[in-house]
This record gives sequence, C-alpha cells and structure tokens, in this order.
Amino acid sequence: MSSFSSCQSVREARRVAIFGGTHGNELSGVTLVHLWMKNGTEIQRRGVETRPFITNPRAVEKCSRYVDTDLNRAFTPENLSAPADGQLPYEVLRAQEINRMFGPKGSPDAYDVIFDLHNTTSNMGCTLILESSKDHFNLQMINYIQKALAPASCLVLLNEHPLLKYSTARSVAKHPVGLEVGPQPQGVLRSNIFESMREILKHALDFIELFNEGVEFPPCSVPVFRVSERVDYPRDANGNIMAMVHPNLQDCDWEPLNPGDPMFQTFDGKTIRYQGSGTIYPTFINEAAYYEKQQAFVATRRETLSANAVRKA
Amino acid sequence: MEVEEVERLPRLSRVAVCGGTHGNELSGVYLVRELLKVKKKKKKEEEDEDGGAMSVLLVLSNPRAMQQCLRYIDTDLNRCFTHACLIGPTLDKTPYEMRRARELNAMLGPKGSAGAMDLICDLHNTTANMGLSLITYSDHDWICMHIFRHLQRQIPDTPVRYIHYDVTSKESYSLDSVGKHGFAMEVGPQPHGVVRSNIYTTMKSGVQYMLDWVHFFNSGVIFDGGFMDVFTVVKHIDYPRDGETHNITAAIHPQLQDRDFCLLRPGDPLFQTFSGETLRYTGSEPLYPFFINESAYYEKGIALCLARKRRVKIPSVRDKATHFQPC
Repeated sequence: MSSFSSCQSVREARRVAIFGGTHGNELSGVTLVHLWMKNGTEIQRRGVETRPFITNPRAVEKCSRYVDTDLNRAFTPENLSAPADGQLPYEVLRAQEINRMFGPKGSPDAYDVIFDLHNTTSNMGCTLILESSKDHFNLQMINYIQKALAPASCLVLLNEHPLLKYSTARSVAKHPVGLEVGPQPQGVLRSNIFESMREILKHALDFIELFNEGVEFPPCSVPVFRVSERVDYPRDANGNIMAMVHPNLQDCDWEPLNPGDPMFQTFDGKTIRYQGSGTIYPTFINEAAYYEKQQAFVATRRETLSANAVRKA
Repeated sequence: MEVEEVERLPRLSRVAVCGGTHGNELSGVYLVRELLKVKKKKKKEEEDEDGGAMSVLLVLSNPRAMQQCLRYIDTDLNRCFTHACLIGPTLDKTPYEMRRARELNAMLGPKGSAGAMDLICDLHNTTANMGLSLITYSDHDWICMHIFRHLQRQIPDTPVRYIHYDVTSKESYSLDSVGKHGFAMEVGPQPHGVVRSNIYTTMKSGVQYMLDWVHFFNSGVIFDGGFMDVFTVVKHIDYPRDGETHNITAAIHPQLQDRDFCLLRPGDPLFQTFSGETLRYTGSEPLYPFFINESAYYEKGIALCLARKRRVKIPSVRDKATHFQPC
C-alpha cells in the first residue's frame, strides 16, 4: 500500500435514514423501525439526525412483499420523473414521494446515508450490500462494522453489474447501504436475526458519529463478493420450475461451487450439475421472492477492494 | 393361548392426496404436480395393473392462491369445511375459498356420507421446526394411527409425530375432515414460497409410504398393534401485543425457537421483548409446544400451540373383506 495515498475528504454525514418495510413481509426491519419511531434513544448519536422510516406502509399492513410492484426496483429515472396521475402503481407513487423526502436522487440535498433493512430466506447470515466499489466512505464504514462484529462475520455483496443492478429505495442517498440478514421466512420475526440486524446498525451509527467528530480512518482492504450472473431454475415449456436447489447447495451461501458440483435436483430425484468454466460463490440461494424474478441464486466472484483513508471535509 | 383381537376395518378403496390447500406451501404443490405427471405418463404406457384395489385421486385444492403464491385469496380454505360453512348458500359475495370448499366437498365427500373418500391426505408446510407431523381430529382412528406408525418406522432420519385436535366431527374445519379417514401431513421447517429439496423429499417419502401401507392393508396384511405417543392439543399462546397498534412487542425467545416438541416447563422462557426482557411460561402444567413461530399464525393470534403427550394403545388391524383362514 502506497504511503502517499491521499486521504479522501468526505462531507459530514449529518442526515441519516433507516428504512424498514421496503418489503412489507421482511419483519426485522419493520419491527426495528416501529420500535425506533416510538422511542429513538438507541439510534441517537451526537451530530447526526437519524430518521427511522417505513417505506411501504401498505405492504407492511398486508404483510406482503409489495402491493402493485416491487418498491426496491421502482426508483428508476423513468419512474421518478413520470407524471403523477391516478394510473401509476402504488409503489411508483411511493418512490416519487420518498425521492422528494430523502432526495432528490443525485442532488446535493439528498440524505447522506440510507440504511435499508431486509431479510432473506437464504442462509446469507449478515450481509451488507454495496452498489459502488468506489464509495470510500461506505467501504470504511463496512470495515469498521466488520471489525466491531468480529469474530461474528458480516460479508459484503457488491452489485455493480450493469445489467443486474437495480434501482433501490436507498439509491436516493449519497451513500446507500443495504442490510440483508437471513435466513428468516417471510412474515416471521426470529429473535436472533432481529438482534443481529440491530447490532450491525449500532456499529454503523457509531462509525458515523466518530467520522463526524473528525476521526481519520486509515486505508484498508475490504473483501467483497461481486455479482457476476443470475442463475435461474430449470423450467419447462410452460415456465414452471422443473427442479429444486440441490441438497448439497441448499444453505451453502458464499461457499465455492465448482464445475461438476451438484446444483439442482429434479422432482423425480435426478441431479443437475454446474457446468460453468470456473468456481463461483453463490448467494441468495433459494430466496422466496426471487422465484418470480427467475433467480435460483446469484453467482459472485471474490475480490478485494482498496479503500482510501477518509476524513470529514 | 391368548389371541389378541384384530380390529377389522373396511378396505380403503378411494384415497385422495391434496396439495396447494395453502397456495404458498410449495412442497405439496410441486409433489402433486409431479405425481400428476407420473400418473399421466403411466396411463399412456400401461393399463392399470392394480385391478382396482385402490384408486388415488390427486387434487390441487386452491389453484387461484397457488397461481399468486399466496396462502389464500379471500379466506383460509382450510377453515371452510365445517358443516355450517359447507351447507351455506352460495351468493355473489361468497368468498372464493368458501365456494371452492363446497366444490371440494362435492368431489371428495360429501362430508359425513357413505360416498366420501376413504382417506384424505392433505399436504402442508410450516415455518416451524416440526419434522413430519400427522394432524388429525381423532386419537382412536386406527387407520391414521397405523399409517403414522408405519411412517415413523420407514423414515428414521426425520422426527415423525401424531397430533390430535380434540374437535367434534361437526366442528372439524379442515379439508382432511371431509373423508372417512383423513389427516394433514405437515412438514417443516420451510419458508412459505420456497421449496426445499430435503423437505420435498421427506414429504414425497411420507406420501409413498402412506400409499404403500394402504396397498398392504387392502391386500389383507395384518398390522400388529402396540403403543404410540399422541400429542393432544390443549391450548395456544399469543404474542404479547401493543394495546393500541396490536403489533407484537416480543419475539419467540431464542431458547424456545426451533424447539418444537421439547417439553416446556413452568418458568421456561417463552418470549424476548424488544427491550431484552424474558417473558416466561406461567402455566402450571408442563406441555409440549409446536407450531412455534408459524408465519401464517401471526394473524390468527397464535405464537405457539401446546399439547399433552400420552401413550395410547392401538389394536392390530386388518381389512374386513379378507376371508379368515383357519390354520
């Protein structure tokens, strides 16, 4: 590492939001945000305004992922600029409202940091999701969180893929961070999952407080899993799935899948093997919400990102 | 020489296997679809060899809910089979599942009549860690209980249990109550909207061994009696809730989570509030919990169910129609 690498000046993170209920049936985030809306003491830090917020209240009310369309795919430029009339899906209108309250996306007035709280049926443990490999503030925050949680692990998923990345609710902020904790069934609140998410946020807010006080964070390396492709279930001519995630792959998120390894098992017991050219690291294995998005798992590759030193401007 | 009496019971000629009663409980959905595929293929290839000893009807109970991968569209189908629900008038405003229940009753029943299916096996999944559980309304239905014992012996690596809801025939509300004999085959843990290969395989084995048992029974095999454990439901406990919003204020305690069928004693942890406090079981009787943290039961006000366990003696059984051969 070069001893001459510059320290990046980053604006203070004064305005922070915590989003829960972006998917109404992912209950850790819904519960935490409700808790903090009632009593926000736990999330208060010197020099930071931390705002807990339920992004999709109608979906939360129904305990469903969404009402008309997935809110966490709705923040596209087209949607955000569409004329608001009665014809727009609920979540598109909601995206526009959220963009007004916490954005506008891409502008200097946007919130500094948004944490978006999610659960998954996949065995992903604690995962932080990044949308950019060049956001050094985020990389440093993640490094801080990981050190604070050790020996418990918290892995990093980087989705910068031009075709597979999507327009999330958190993308409204300058520094968007996704928190994904699993496994937890939809519509269920598991105590251990809830407490894990709570602890990640505690350390994240501690970092922001320290950063705003002027602490300089030295250069560091952040190992990540970079999204490389989406793998669907084998399907028949009518689009019905013909096989399930193989028992050898089920629950093995982040573990290497090598060419020739079992990948799917048909309903009559045959094994379908991975035929790719190199080792991949699958994640989001058997996520309930992704059956309709044609995704059995996401293939990733391991990479190490370098974070510059950061200090508040 | 003492000869133990053998209970002679009518042959089980007509069996139904139902999946998708809740549209997001996917093992049953995919298993019934697979069995339909196999049946269709078999029909093309060969004549029915069985000679008519047993017919198996495969049913996808709630197709509209399955299509949307929801538990139900208007109301829970598996609560629509009481006599009162079944005989009511069908009007424009009648919920979809009520209509469907009446259709299923006509197809598989009518409930309580001589024309009803001999045996209904209704396939379900749960988010609770319940292994394979047979859920019935009777603790003296020897057919269901022998099937249970057979499954328990044939599937040694999965816990298999027998749960009994002490509800009268008139008040019984689920699809399996339409048949002369019936049970729900509940397999978990599996999130709703997901099919886990191990859970699917367990369910597939369960159905296969059940059908094997029925085939042997119809062929005159005598099944020896003995003893088995029955879990009879006593009550359920709801989550603590906020007086105003009705939102839950605690989660199942980490020491109780996933411990279905592990004895819960007075004073044992039940819930953990969001401020970290432990709420304990204050009942006077130790009971066996199950359906711990089932996602579909939040709206029904059930955090867990509690049952008493007792040893029940079951007689030997054989098919009534087989002639007695004196030796």
